[in-house]
Amino acid sequence: MHKLISTLILLAALCCSLSVAAAPIETFKFDSPDTEKVFHKLSEELRCLVCQNQNIAESNADLAKDLRLEIYTMLSQGKTEDEIVDFMVERYGDYVLYRPPFEPMTWLLWFGPLIIFIIGLIFVIRFMKSQSVNVQAGSLSEDELERIKDLHSEQENK
Amino acid sequence: MENNQPSLLKRFMPLIIFAALVVLLAIGLTLNPRLVPSPFIGKPAPEFELPLLLSDGSFSNKDLIGHVTLLNVWASWCFACRQEHETVKSLSRKGIRVIGLNYKDEAADAKNWLVRLGNPYQAIAADIDGRIAIDWGVYGAPETFLIDKNGIIRHKVIGPLSDQKNYDALMSVMNSLEK
Repeated sequence: MHKLISTLILLAALCCSLSVAAAPIETFKFDSPDTEKVFHKLSEELRCLVCQNQNIAESNADLAKDLRLEIYTMLSQGKTEDEIVDFMVERYGDYVLYRPPFEPMTWLLWFGPLIIFIIGLIFVIRFMKSQSVNVQAGSLSEDELERIKDLHSEQENK
Repeated sequence: MENNQPSLLKRFMPLIIFAALVVLLAIGLTLNPRLVPSPFIGKPAPEFELPLLLSDGSFSNKDLIGHVTLLNVWASWCFACRQEHETVKSLSRKGIRVIGLNYKDEAADAKNWLVRLGNPYQAIAADIDGRIAIDWGVYGAPETFLIDKNGIIRHKVIGPLSDQKNYDALMSVMNSLEK
């Protein structure tokens, strides 16, 4: 019974995820498969400013629709990928790029994860070192060794 | 006693890290992600020419030269535009030149809206398909641009002007401009 219920839930979840993944579709005609590829690449790499967590390809927002049309129009005018990206950045700033440019302003963004990883690594190494020092027998002082001996003999005398 | 010092720091380390995280998140989560810095500040207004909504003729970027102007992007379907409308009217009453950019609207709806709520605009350019708004980097109404008398964009407000923070920020830039 349990198995049946969990299967049903899983199926329902799967259906939901499928419908979410469906992107808005317009019919654009492209001169060549290459142009179509560039179109899809661009609309997937540019952020929709209205919904922010979606790219232009996925978003149903009016502005995203307009921008898809804009990209299509520019491509059919023979504009290159770089020209179209520049067009968008000129108007909406670097914010539209899901892959921000590599410049002093964004160094922290690019290197941040690496820096945090290195800091974590340092902590882990230091932690492991301190652990291994503790288990070294030689690190006990004379007094402590004496006490261990006493404890042992106490046990034996009982 | 000397040993106590580092262990004390060690003991409070989680608390310190926690406090730092709280501060970081407090700042990060209270920022408004909708505020995207405009790349237009300090640049000349983009070139455009649009038909007027209420009369024949057109409005172009050249008409921005010579006066300090507020270009208010609005639409009759936009709820926050209605919210800020009283503020826009009061700015207009103060003698500030307010130009409307009617964004992706139906002319009839826009005209009705103005009749009902009052018209604070000295001129309204109709951007029916929203193409010119793209050139201005508009991504949602209401947005308001402050343009100086040389046609340079000085400030951009995203969201309603009736919001005190938005209003104060706009006013401080406007007061610093040459009339």
